[in-house]
Amino acid sequence: MSAPLTSLLDAPVAARPLPARTFWRRALRHRSFVVGGVLTLLVLASALLSLVWTPWSPYEIDIAAKLKPPSAAHWLGTDSFGRDIVSLLLAGARSTILVGIIAVSIGLTFGVCLGLIAAARRGWTEEIIMRFSDFTFAFPAVLSAIMLAAVVGPGMVTSIVAIGIFQVPTLTRLTRGSANAIWAREFVLAARAAGKGAFRITIEHVLPNILSILIVQATIQFALAILAEAALSYLGLGTQPPQPSWGRMLNDAQTLLFQSPMLAVYPGAAIAIAVLGLNLLGDGLRDLLDPRLARER
Amino acid sequence: MSDPASAPLIAVDNLGVRLNTSRGPAQAVRGVSFALKRGETMGLVGESGCGKSVTALSLMGLLPDSAVVSGSIRLEGRELVGLSDAGYCKLRGNRISMIFQEPMTALNPMHAIGPQVAEPLRRHKNYSAAQARKEAIALLDRVGLPDAARRVDAYPHQFSGGQRQRITIAMALACEPDLLIADEPTTALDVTIQGQILDLIADLVEERGMSMILISHDLGVIAENVQRMMVMYGGTVVESGPTNEVFRRMGHPYTQGLFRARPRLGAREGTRLRTISGTVPELADLPAGCTFSDRCPLVEDRCRAALPPMVEVGPGHNVRCLRTDVSMADHVGALSA
Repeated sequence: MSAPLTSLLDAPVAARPLPARTFWRRALRHRSFVVGGVLTLLVLASALLSLVWTPWSPYEIDIAAKLKPPSAAHWLGTDSFGRDIVSLLLAGARSTILVGIIAVSIGLTFGVCLGLIAAARRGWTEEIIMRFSDFTFAFPAVLSAIMLAAVVGPGMVTSIVAIGIFQVPTLTRLTRGSANAIWAREFVLAARAAGKGAFRITIEHVLPNILSILIVQATIQFALAILAEAALSYLGLGTQPPQPSWGRMLNDAQTLLFQSPMLAVYPGAAIAIAVLGLNLLGDGLRDLLDPRLARER
Repeated sequence: MSDPASAPLIAVDNLGVRLNTSRGPAQAVRGVSFALKRGETMGLVGESGCGKSVTALSLMGLLPDSAVVSGSIRLEGRELVGLSDAGYCKLRGNRISMIFQEPMTALNPMHAIGPQVAEPLRRHKNYSAAQARKEAIALLDRVGLPDAARRVDAYPHQFSGGQRQRITIAMALACEPDLLIADEPTTALDVTIQGQILDLIADLVEERGMSMILISHDLGVIAENVQRMMVMYGGTVVESGPTNEVFRRMGHPYTQGLFRARPRLGAREGTRLRTISGTVPELADLPAGCTFSDRCPLVEDRCRAALPPMVEVGPGHNVRCLRTDVSMADHVGALSA
């Protein structure tokens, strides 16, 4: 709303589409998008880098060199097994991103589809979907992970699937709630009056209008997935040693909190950077994807 | 069907709509019957909640799933009540179109206006994207959107209310429908814009030989824009007839009340508008007999016994009142009153 008066006045005349070029120009001026993008890229880059290079092997145990302070050889020191912290952080980004992306994808795919179907069909279809999602919601993620682990054995895949399932009801509810609000809007009635069926309306009218909400929620869910992965790893149900993960590092550090507090700070900071970056990126995307806000930034 | 020129385009017979509300089932529309020939225009008047919009939505097949529709709606002899949603999708926007009350919300804010106007053409007429775009520009130009060719890619928020209503009109007219339903198309607009939009609609209706149902609570809008009118109250038609005839000799006490309640130019300062006493009855709980009986100054016991039948009081002019002898004796020449 802070647009100067002149731009408000000439807005109707200067109506122009939003081609890709202007999108990037606006994106680069959007502070939280840029900061979020840089932080997210940082995490992505570390994960990619760890595939080809780490200063030390993240699996190499050197008990003689355990709990060393930062030095020229070990930039951030070593953990209680003498593993290089930098290498662990880089390699840990890999599992973090993997778990986050796959779990959120599972949640988004099923959650958004179910939510859209519930909103489009109403009636008993909606009732069944929502009661089913309540049912799933009632189980804590950890509990469903324990059940899954009991059936198929613990591991990264188990934790990914468990976290993904845990994300479904949240996204179903959010999608259905926001989709219902869009279905009640007059332009949907107008679209129906123009002869569009429920499927086309869902794809062309409902989904684009709730996309910004979903993107923001997806970044939050991504952050939750990272935290859930850490929690599951702590219980021995997530990433299995020696596979490094930020969650494991955090939990390994817990017992040494008074001896070497920095061991907890590094993975904690890494998780915070990833979560913050994603949230800022999501915020920025929401603003940039909405044509109504396009003019104000 | 032997003579397509005189056969009605749309014939509604004894239409009834029951809605399930939180306060129980409500008979939102009862016994509405009318027929409209090609090129004819009809107005639907009444206050909020009288069933005007529900009648319009039932013609479009856009009522909520829980609504129960009875009676018959025929489009060129083809029954629409009970038609599948897929069948209706082929008609909507193609044969029957609708313009809505709120131009601010009737357009999707996420899409540019050009594709929104072109959409019905692509759906119903299988136009290519380029063809549809060209046609959309022509339509936008026709409805008086300045600089249509350049603004076709602009978004709804970049237009004023009047311009947006022009855009929704272009959308509704894209496939040259046979019947246009305009549900209070000017209620949300400034008075000066109202006139322009109504003139535009009137021009387009005449130019394309469409039939139109114009819904309004504004008697002035109805008087100037349609050949025939129906006055609705409590879900029933209380008076219908040629517009001139109804305005000249209002038969129903409700129509008279509506007319008296309109604001007038040149009235003395401090003059209060005359209102109809009481409030609109809840549709879930209508009085037995005449729906207007609770508020009618002429009510008698027999009015409350059963819904009065339609009485013909002039050529094509029908009134649902038992006391037309009194009401019309008082009210000859309402227009000059």
